[in-house]
Amino acid sequence: MRPQSEEELSGIVAEASGPLHVRGGGTRGIGRPVTGDVVETGGLSGITLYEPGALTLVAGAGTPLAEIEATLAAEGQRLAFEPMDHRGLLGTTGEPTLGGMAAANVSGPRRVVAGACRDFMLGVRFVDGTGAVVKNGGRVMKNVTGYDLVKLMAGSWGTLGVLTELSLKVLPVPETQGTLILKGLTDEAAVAAMARALGSPFEVTGAAHLPAAGETCLRLEGFADSVTYRLERLAALFPGTDMHRETEAEPVAACWRAIRDVAAFHDAPGDVWQLSVKPSDAPGLVARMGAEDVVYDWGGGLIRARLAPGTDLRARLGAFGGHATLVRGDAATRAALPVFQPETAPVAALSRGLRARFDPKGILNPGLMA
Amino acid sequence: MQMPDPDAAILSRKDAIVERLQEILPPQAVISDPAETRAYECDALTAYKCAPLAAVLPATTEEVAAVLKLCHAEGVPVVPRGAGTSLAGGSLPTADSIILGVSRMTEVLETDYDNRLIRLQTGRTNLSVTGAVEEDGFFYAPDPSSQLACAISGNIAMNSGGAHCLKYGVTTNNLLGVTMVLMDGTVVELGGAHLDAGGLDLLGLVCGSEGQLGVVTEATLRILPKPEGARPVLMGFASSEVAGACVSDIIKAGVLPVAIEFMDRPCIRACESFAKAGYPDCEALLIVEVEGSDAEIDHQLGLIKDIARSHDPVELREAQDADEAGRIWLGRKSAFGAMGQINDYMCLDGTIPVSELPYVLRRTAELAQQYGLEVANVFHAGDGNMHPLILFDANKEGDLEKCEALGADILRLCVEVGGCLTGEHGVGIEKRDLMGDQYAAADLECQMAVKDVFDPAWLLNPAKVFPLAVSEARRGQRLAAE
Repeated sequence: MRPQSEEELSGIVAEASGPLHVRGGGTRGIGRPVTGDVVETGGLSGITLYEPGALTLVAGAGTPLAEIEATLAAEGQRLAFEPMDHRGLLGTTGEPTLGGMAAANVSGPRRVVAGACRDFMLGVRFVDGTGAVVKNGGRVMKNVTGYDLVKLMAGSWGTLGVLTELSLKVLPVPETQGTLILKGLTDEAAVAAMARALGSPFEVTGAAHLPAAGETCLRLEGFADSVTYRLERLAALFPGTDMHRETEAEPVAACWRAIRDVAAFHDAPGDVWQLSVKPSDAPGLVARMGAEDVVYDWGGGLIRARLAPGTDLRARLGAFGGHATLVRGDAATRAALPVFQPETAPVAALSRGLRARFDPKGILNPGLMA
Repeated sequence: MQMPDPDAAILSRKDAIVERLQEILPPQAVISDPAETRAYECDALTAYKCAPLAAVLPATTEEVAAVLKLCHAEGVPVVPRGAGTSLAGGSLPTADSIILGVSRMTEVLETDYDNRLIRLQTGRTNLSVTGAVEEDGFFYAPDPSSQLACAISGNIAMNSGGAHCLKYGVTTNNLLGVTMVLMDGTVVELGGAHLDAGGLDLLGLVCGSEGQLGVVTEATLRILPKPEGARPVLMGFASSEVAGACVSDIIKAGVLPVAIEFMDRPCIRACESFAKAGYPDCEALLIVEVEGSDAEIDHQLGLIKDIARSHDPVELREAQDADEAGRIWLGRKSAFGAMGQINDYMCLDGTIPVSELPYVLRRTAELAQQYGLEVANVFHAGDGNMHPLILFDANKEGDLEKCEALGADILRLCVEVGGCLTGEHGVGIEKRDLMGDQYAAADLECQMAVKDVFDPAWLLNPAKVFPLAVSEARRGQRLAAE
């Protein structure tokens, strides 16, 4: 089913008695496998408002992300949280949509400084599990009117409601960017170097470590003179380290696109796990993982790990602070292992309670986040 | 502003309830003498007052849990309170409620510069968070005007902002984790030292829920490295429309200042006589601040001043030194205090799309004239968060009611142009009855369903946020059960 309006979608959900498999472009097939009638949001497409001077954009949830990004680029603006494109990593095809991005709370390397997708979401409209149309937030930058259901919808994977419209805060594209690449650091040294860089006043907007390539990448953005100045100041923090300064636009962009999309794992086999942890814990966790390969982003706060199919990563790690999510794995593995980090009993009770209220029939992507 | 009638059954059990509270808390932590509970009869919305049944000041998460568990069992409403600086009446008690204050919970539990975070008890004041880390070159970004006094617990409850959130975001964007006690005494941990995790974003839901979902006792906050330097520039314009156009042009040009603050003539005059900041006497004033090294600041301010010049400013002055920068900000930050010296006032907090600034200012002036009241404007222009100050005389019969009616009209205007009722102060009781102007019944029902999950008996701060008529059935279930 591919409703062409919010009203039509509302009718479909209200009348449904069995499970619905809700999706945007279907490019981010993460979570426990869902069976049910497919409901695609692609028909709810189009930018309804864009005010560059107010840094605000409103569009239908089914609007292709590519269309959003092109429209913003024409005005010298962008989605500052740098949403990842999952197609390469997951081997999916199709068009990523705005709603899919929001439902998965997808961010990229800049998240560590600029904030996540959820931090740039100003307002939502959605259809809940009873078919009721609900709006929350709005299209202004600051809004504390009532509860923040916008955050709740971000990353809820269509299990609480089907997004129909989103308003977003956008930001200007800086004049230029550059990367300082430190070479040959151990994981411990790299995480320490990234902490040093992110703790400096030089406004690092990306900090990633690629052990296989032996590279630790630190990104700077801004006006050209400023980037040049900060690149030197940043380099001076790491005396005696082998390093390279990349300031050509295309290689810098390609480097961060590859980090964003975890290009290192695209053609490599195995399951992919994503861990959100305290950055300084990251090297120790990686040492316990037995991974084929890892990529550190967010200064170490985000680990992508490639492991043999079917590996129960959580069993290998034991208790740790943070979350591990199985991002890529076959259906059997995703059915056998909890895809999302199991919640503590009181938190699980709250999540269950919210689902029961938002989707009393239990029909919206049932089990996806279980 | 109406509050629900107190539950006579609870009032009659006061002695027994106080006695049980004294059994679970140290003696000095339970306040029940009417002479002392008066200190908790209101917050910064002083027009409304009501002494609580009792006030408790626990010192630990365990003590908070014990209090809530007891009140849950006894069916006694609880009103959480930070420093009591809410302008929206967020911690206004009812006579049958217990005030739960976190003012004794002020410890810093952990500072971690490698991971750029601080963990603390939430009674700590906003400014003292920065105070705990600034010697090491870090700061906590959200900076509400009341930052000297306001507590982190209240910041989390209201999702507070401040002048610098154009660049750094508001509380929710700087909050990594909380320890929270539910109404039944259950302690939950949400978030932590890590960034976004899988699972439902309960942390994002709790921030800004006005103390209705739980009592946050500990928080993990993101701290940031201090910029190399910062410098404000002051711009005066002949009209508010021109100042508004200048704001929009600055934003479109791709320069992202950390703050763009706006003041109109009545506010400029009050601030000037109060703070002697050297403000020009003109219709509209902008303070624009940028950060970076000296050379970076020069470059950015150069671009900004060029834009300003294209709007024929009557004044364009860059701070020459730290002292002058300090005075420019002192004027702005003391705006509410300065207005308070010359008048009683009510401070609104609506947010509008930046493009609607000139229209909303003009329409506000017209509305004020209709009511025969004066309005001074001071606000965060970069993000459209308005703070119209309605001046009135509290001693004059009917003036408060007139002021509230004008305030409601101005807030409806904000909603009409695509904005909202409150940008950073919260709904509390002040905007409670206007929620129907912004949200449809289904929208409010969905929000109330969230409270049903966290606090099924509706005992936590129950008479706030939702219009009383709308929440009546839910609040009533407690009375019906008795």
